Amino acid sequence: MSWLLPAVVAVPILAAGFTILVGRRLLLQRVVAFSTVGFVLAAAIALLVQADAADPAVAQIGGWPAPIGITLIADRFAAIMLTVSAAMLVAVLVYAMAQLGRDALDWWFHAKYLILTAGVSLSIVTGDLFNLFVGFEVMLIASYVLLTVKSGSNEIRATMTYVVINLVASALFLVVVAFIYTTTGTLNFADLSVRIQEIDPGVRSALGVLMLVVFGIKAAIFPLFMWLPDSYPTAPTPVTAIFAGLLTKVGVFVIIRTQTLLFSQEGPSTLLLLIAGATMAVGVLGAIAQNDIKRILSFHIVSQIGYMIMGLGLLSIAGLAASILFITHQIVVKTGLFLVGGMVEEEHGTGALDKIGGVLHRSPVIALLFLPLALSLAGIPPFSGFVAKLALLQEGFALERWVIVGVSLAASLLTLFSMTKIWGGVFWGESTPAERRSAPAMTIATGAVVAMSLAVALFAGPITDLAARAAADLIDPSIYAGFVLGGN
Amino acid sequence: MSLVSLGVVSVLFTVGTYLLLQRTLSRVIIGLGLISHGANLLIMLSAGAPGQPPVLPIEGSQPVADPLPQALVLTAIVITFGITAFLLALALRSYLLTGSDEVEDDIEDRRIARSRHDAEAASIEEDDMHEVAV
Repeated sequence: MSWLLPAVVAVPILAAGFTILVGRRLLLQRVVAFSTVGFVLAAAIALLVQADAADPAVAQIGGWPAPIGITLIADRFAAIMLTVSAAMLVAVLVYAMAQLGRDALDWWFHAKYLILTAGVSLSIVTGDLFNLFVGFEVMLIASYVLLTVKSGSNEIRATMTYVVINLVASALFLVVVAFIYTTTGTLNFADLSVRIQEIDPGVRSALGVLMLVVFGIKAAIFPLFMWLPDSYPTAPTPVTAIFAGLLTKVGVFVIIRTQTLLFSQEGPSTLLLLIAGATMAVGVLGAIAQNDIKRILSFHIVSQIGYMIMGLGLLSIAGLAASILFITHQIVVKTGLFLVGGMVEEEHGTGALDKIGGVLHRSPVIALLFLPLALSLAGIPPFSGFVAKLALLQEGFALERWVIVGVSLAASLLTLFSMTKIWGGVFWGESTPAERRSAPAMTIATGAVVAMSLAVALFAGPITDLAARAAADLIDPSIYAGFVLGGN
Repeated sequence: MSLVSLGVVSVLFTVGTYLLLQRTLSRVIIGLGLISHGANLLIMLSAGAPGQPPVLPIEGSQPVADPLPQALVLTAIVITFGITAFLLALALRSYLLTGSDEVEDDIEDRRIARSRHDAEAASIEEDDMHEVAV
């Protein structure tokens, strides 16, 4: 099974090259892109099944044993992330196929999309710090090019901010790599988790905070989020949707991985809880002030990141499990919401709340798709958001962290308010004429995402159990180290 | 020797940060280049003391230099090079579209600035009316 690990990275890259080689044969490009992303999803599911049933798949590239060679590993947490991400990649690709040719998505979209897939996969399955840097860069470079598909003056300005911020973060990442290599002499996560215990606690926490800053920029936590609501909404819908669903969450994934594996401590972390609370509050307040669907949703990305960090901040098995559950729910719901927002934009040519209305009467299907996702985002039962938030709050109560519990409840309420604002602005009110109908494939793709979101709520029991098992692996670094180093 | 290198790194970071905070795109890009150089040099420093080239066969008994940071730095340089080229293309496109090298304000900032400007203009108008009335 371990051959699947390099395959989920290599196959998309090879396929990307192939779609460029075949030139403007759209059908062939589509078949190749779809089957590649489908393969990644199948591989991810296989890896998840193996990670949950037995020991996780570990690949030592080139046959070099762990601390020397490059390690790829899909433990439960990574396999869950990879599966959900791949499912979203498939759904958004179908959605993009419907938009390609109608909108500004160009001929090389598939190549860029596949490179993005490879970058996301590598960032998730990598077992060492420098490969993580490479994975992030591959993912980001694809995202830079995807953002500039339209290359108008607005897109250029937004992308410029995005690229410069990310490049600064990457330079800081290299600084962290240099510091860690100087102090420990290794970059392999498993080896690091052992050796980092031996260094001075002061140096260790400095490295921990520096790493939090680097990945905090990528994950858009407070106060490092300001680039996100500015750059995401300008891109074409499928691009924004996949960015919203995946990129920041990969950042959160890495924060959770490094903070639990390398800088774990006893009991809840007040710093992380502070960051979590501020991220929730600022994000949701920013969303309320906006007047455009995509901009509102972009601020909600920031706000929801706070909940994921809250679970990490509580630093207990139940807290981490709630975090994992929340990430799973959030990737699905956020992608879905942007896809719905894109369908509204597709039909009306704008996403400004005051320029559209009455969508409920004209396209009831869009309203039907929006409602469960919006209620889920706000955390209304019986949708997936409720399950995830309940798990977080229960653990918050259990550990008696009242402030963060209060902030998260208030942020949920404001989220609901801002969702009703979209509902009132777009779906109710006087009917505005539509420019065109959205393609059936867009409805199907969005419907599939909504179905997945409902499935997360429906199978909440087994998924919560799985998340709890993944969290139990995370909380004890020696388990991960055992997986990577043990066999050799 | 490594103290001198460390000084160079800190100068690169200082100058880079200063340039990064400018409004002109070309300076921002040069600043980013300098910061990346600083980071790369820092990785080289993490290799520790210099030694023999890490190539087989090793002659003599002198210590061998750590080859890993060299490999890392090569990768990092290539990535930075690629992104800098992309940034330059973006800057050129931005120059062709707007005719200037300056970074534009955020759309929301511009909207808010405009609304304040309008409010001020309205209040001045009111004052004028008031004066006329007096």
